Amino acid sequence: MSNFLNQIPVLPVGDVVEDIMDWFTDTFSSVFKFIQTDGTALMDSVTNLLISIPPILFILLIAIVAFFATGKKFGLAIFSILGLLFIYNQQLWEQLMNTFTLVLFASVVAIIIGIPLGILMSKSTLADNIIKPILDFMQTMPGFVYLIPAVAFFGIGVVPGVFASVIFALPPTVRFTNLGIRQVSKELVEAADSFGSTGLQKLLKVELPIAKSTIMAGINQTVLLSLSMVVIASMIGAPGLGREVLSALQRAQVGNGFVAGISLVIFAIIVDRLTQSFNKKSL
Amino acid sequence: MEKLRVENVTKIFGKQSANAMKLVEKQMSKTEILQKTGATVGVYDASFTVNEGEIFVIMGLSGSGKSTLIRLLNRLIDPTGGEIFIDGEKITRLKKSQLQQIRREKMSMVFQNFGLFPHRTILENTQYGLEIRGIAKEEKRLKAEKALNNAGLLAYKDQYPHQLSGGMQQRVGLARALANDPEILLMDEAFSALDPLIRKEMQDELLELQANVQKTIIFITHDLNEALRIGDRIAIMKDGKIIQIGTGEEILTNPANAYIRTFLEDVDRSKVLTAEHVMVRAMTINVENDGPKVALQRMREEEISVLIAIDKQRQFKGYITATDALNAAQAGEKTVREIVQTDMPTVEPTTLIQDVLPIISDCPTPVAVVDDGKLRGILIRGVIIESLASATQEVEDHE
Ligand SMILES: Nc1ncnc2c1ncn2[C@@H]1O[C@H](COP(=O)(O)OP(=O)(O)OP(=O)(O)O)[C@@H](O)[C@H]1O
Ligand SMILES: [Mg+2]
Repeated sequence: MSNFLNQIPVLPVGDVVEDIMDWFTDTFSSVFKFIQTDGTALMDSVTNLLISIPPILFILLIAIVAFFATGKKFGLAIFSILGLLFIYNQQLWEQLMNTFTLVLFASVVAIIIGIPLGILMSKSTLADNIIKPILDFMQTMPGFVYLIPAVAFFGIGVVPGVFASVIFALPPTVRFTNLGIRQVSKELVEAADSFGSTGLQKLLKVELPIAKSTIMAGINQTVLLSLSMVVIASMIGAPGLGREVLSALQRAQVGNGFVAGISLVIFAIIVDRLTQSFNKKSL
Repeated sequence: MEKLRVENVTKIFGKQSANAMKLVEKQMSKTEILQKTGATVGVYDASFTVNEGEIFVIMGLSGSGKSTLIRLLNRLIDPTGGEIFIDGEKITRLKKSQLQQIRREKMSMVFQNFGLFPHRTILENTQYGLEIRGIAKEEKRLKAEKALNNAGLLAYKDQYPHQLSGGMQQRVGLARALANDPEILLMDEAFSALDPLIRKEMQDELLELQANVQKTIIFITHDLNEALRIGDRIAIMKDGKIIQIGTGEEILTNPANAYIRTFLEDVDRSKVLTAEHVMVRAMTINVENDGPKVALQRMREEEISVLIAIDKQRQFKGYITATDALNAAQAGEKTVREIVQTDMPTVEPTTLIQDVLPIISDCPTPVAVVDDGKLRGILIRGVIIESLASATQEVEDHE
């Protein structure tokens, strides 16, 4: 029996995939190169801009935004001030700004791709049937798997980090946009149609506004997922807090690892609460 | 003038609509077709016309296809077969953009659960149709405010739908439809979600509106009382088919079959029947010729104690009683002119029974039905009560 099994030659799946990737990388190398260099330059300049803001001013700004976004409550504002001061105190400010840029770019790109995809899914059963299993597949993959194509296309650095984060963080925005639009009650859709709305009018005036809070919940998850990719992305050279965690891990420096890890958590809490409160306010 | 014409329209939901179509033609029932093909018959072979300025009511039990039929009219649902004409224009073959144009200009819809957009203020909701048409901002606002003002809701224009009561929300729904100044209003159970008092108020408002600005209204309800109250004509549906079309009176007095008769069960007949329907022939005496002896003779013959007094032209004069006639006969009077009493109440043939009831219950004599001074008949309490009870009787007899 085992003899028989051994007689089947090894299927060349790995080779085929590698060929496809090679072909991809070769054919689009100029595109990838362009994105890599220009993307890196753009993100570096954003990071530099953020670093050039005096930290104390930055912290105050965040605190003020937190204060108003949470309905003039002091909780988040005070937490932001203390948390960010702690990060500054631990000499991790520059890393925080790098992480901020990474998360910002990854989230924005994921949203720009995700919302139209979600709309497409909600409008077309065919698209829904095709994209849904892909999303399922994407969500069951561990995040670092995406590092492989990222490195293949873009080499190492911050751009492949963003690329991997986008793929990892994309599904919730797509899913929630689809869900939000499909949830709009049939009567409201009929009302919009009965007045002679075009598809676009219906989408912009009725469906998206009503689906807004659901979509925002998806965006919130996307942001948090891209934040959770920060450590993994640092494995391929993306700078930021993640790199501190990673290097502490590699050198078994428990203390440094703890500080960097706590800083990430603080940042995550602020980002999460802020995006959530934007959603509540917009209801 | 004809506004809307529906010709042999059929809608079958599901993939096997062609197969299902054949089965309906073979008179197979809706449930059997569903079992055999998985397709649902929504509407089958509906044909009718609606005239301009008419309120055309479609009624039927739940699942009979009312909502489907009304949505075929503005093609929120596309028919499987048949044609629909509006102002003579065939709308079943229009392109998407032409269809949108028709929806914008000719017809608006009012929904059972109001269909107001929760993220828009009352004013923004009312403006929706105008906005879609690209009307200039100022004109749009003026028109919407006017529609809200007519609905008595201008003060609420900056509120959101959830801040208003159900009745108010539906007034907004109606105002939103009217702001567009459509020629046809499609109302799918528009008042069904409202409590009875508000509902009656809205019916009145609709009738008043209809008197002021003549719209063609297609109104769906499953409440026969509502249908009879507001409908010029009523179509009754069962299992996707229209089984009778007629005025309320035609349907009540001549129900096409047992199914329709079951509807009559929950109708309060007093709101539909008129004096004319329940009056009986009056025993009369001619005040110009007849004397008290003739009167007494006639009373004895018919076994009654009151005769209605009329003249040669059958003009109603009053009544005479047996006692007075006897006295007059003994006094040797030659005519009954002196003993005619005039305190008998009169109603017109078209007076509703519900309006007759309070009159007749306060009155010892019958009530005369008088048309333009002429006696048509009389109403007797016992007969009225009998006729009110007969609707239930008929249904029971049938079963
Ligand atoms: N989109 C649809 N897909 C499949 N079947 C449908 C669809 N819409 C309606 N039907 C079926 O068509 C039939 C008629 O439904 P419709 O909604 O027109 O009834 P209705 O008279 O409006 O009932 P109700 O008084 O409950 O509103 C029902 O059997 C229903 O199940
Ligand atoms: Mg319905």
